[in-house]
Amino acid sequence: MLPIALTDTWPWYIAGPLIGLFVPLLQLLGDKQLGISGNLRHLCAALLPGRGDFLRYDWKTTGGWNLLFALGTALGGWIGIHLLGTHQIAISPETRAALGALGLHDLSGLVPREIFSWPALLTPRGFVSVVGGGFLVGFGAAYAGGCTSGHAISGLSNFQLHSLFAVLGFFAGGLLATHLLLPLLF
Amino acid sequence: MTHRLFPVLYLLLGALFGIILTKAEVISWFRIQEMFRFQAFHMYGIIGSAIAVAAVTRRLLPRPPAPPTLCGETSPAIDERTGRGTRFWLGGAIFGLGWALTGACPGPLFILLGGGVTVMFAALLSALAGTWAYGCLRSRLPH
Repeated sequence: MLPIALTDTWPWYIAGPLIGLFVPLLQLLGDKQLGISGNLRHLCAALLPGRGDFLRYDWKTTGGWNLLFALGTALGGWIGIHLLGTHQIAISPETRAALGALGLHDLSGLVPREIFSWPALLTPRGFVSVVGGGFLVGFGAAYAGGCTSGHAISGLSNFQLHSLFAVLGFFAGGLLATHLLLPLLF
Repeated sequence: MTHRLFPVLYLLLGALFGIILTKAEVISWFRIQEMFRFQAFHMYGIIGSAIAVAAVTRRLLPRPPAPPTLCGETSPAIDERTGRGTRFWLGGAIFGLGWALTGACPGPLFILLGGGVTVMFAALLSALAGTWAYGCLRSRLPH
């Protein structure tokens, strides 16, 4: 069987630096900057450009590499879950308690199936989390010009001030949703 | 703009990225909840050390870093407006709201889909709708 090192959860001090290395790696190998949210824009540009200037550009040249990268990450997800045994999260006791207080009882798996499943999509909390949340992620990343990989990792490592504003924004929004929205929604 | 890597290598790099984020549980809604509740160090450790390693190693590169871009592209072919900076904290806050709700930013979205959490396809379509909506509203939003 696979060694424990592969099938166990990878600690932050292994995963974090490995993730960070993608910045110089992409820069060195392809003169590219890590930024996954760009793919949402490229997909829109490919499928439904519309009339504005935001989606009218040569998405194949600009974003082809990134779309392949994103496809690769999906493949990586498959490998990580189905081949390398990523199934359960050791959630901290405080978070378990907090989620229990919100009415979540099934804390198994990577995502709570009470919220993230096709049947749950027909419930208010499932719909808002998946569709509402998805919409906000897409809108916000486009508006801010980047997501966690683009602004937090690429941007902050390049000491870009506007990325710091974006990351502070990410956290403000995330805290608001977690502490004010979720209790109302769940 | 040159593709110095064969296309399949971007696919492989992406796969590696996906494996790392999966094994480190970055793709887990539960981990994001822990993060926004300040009840675990894990996500902060990952993001912090990633930034630190990236900051140091990119300085070691033989060529000067690419000029800051907004969507990863290195060609200046896309008109980007930076404006007064409102777009960053406001767009960021909107993104953050969604991030806490879905427990996934764009990377984990694709990764979860690949991993078999098929309902995230609805999240992806919604995210595309959100990006598209921004394109429509762009001229009316403060930047």
